[in-house]
Amino acid sequence: MSDRLFGIHGAALELRSQRMGMLTSNIANAATPGYKAKDIDFAAALDARVAGADVARSTDAATRYRVPVMATMDGNTVELANEQMAFAENAVAYSATLSFLEGRVNNIKRALKGD
Amino acid sequence: MPVSAPPTNIFNVVQRGMSAQMVRMNAAASNLANAGSVAGSEEEAYRPLRAVFAEDSDRRTGLSSVSVQSVTRADVAPVKRHEPGHPLADANGDIWASPVSETAEMVEMMESARQYQNLVEAMQTAKQLMLDTMRMK
Repeated sequence: MSDRLFGIHGAALELRSQRMGMLTSNIANAATPGYKAKDIDFAAALDARVAGADVARSTDAATRYRVPVMATMDGNTVELANEQMAFAENAVAYSATLSFLEGRVNNIKRALKGD
Repeated sequence: MPVSAPPTNIFNVVQRGMSAQMVRMNAAASNLANAGSVAGSEEEAYRPLRAVFAEDSDRRTGLSSVSVQSVTRADVAPVKRHEPGHPLADANGDIWASPVSETAEMVEMMESARQYQNLVEAMQTAKQLMLDTMRMK
């Protein structure tokens, strides 16, 4: 029932939140020697999630290491500007998904109230 | 320093990142404070402190934060100066000044302040989104 009600957006919200954690981890590790920045291939993760895999498995399978534009001496591949950009993009997408969900909930409420 | 448990949520990641940056900033402040200090022997001379960061990751949630693995003294030779009149001078009339580069420490400080700020902003955004999700009706 809830799957049919929320469609793809429920899964998308979970994965957006997962990705937010990953991008925050990258930002936190901006000065850690040898840290390799990671990101989720969102489309691949969503496909896996919709196909029935759980959140952990679908994000694991879709996790990719970032290829740095310029490698640093200590092996850290975090490029702060890129990470912040990805974080902002992800936050906007999260909000968008949230408004889709809200819309669905409101539709159902209107249908139940009958107006 | 003790190894802490892996981070469990985004606030955890940010909080640990912030305290790691704080340690780094404190180290830079100590170095700046000792920039002009001199000692009577090479061993006693001040050597700059450096915080060494380590990744602190959790396989289960995919989150990783940062912890301060250790605060070590940089392996740089103090600057020997011949100043026979100095009260700390040894038998040869030499004193050892701390090898602190003020510019490098200022840069270190600015960088850690910026990263601290980045973390705060990430946390605020995450918090706002969580609140929006909870208020959804």
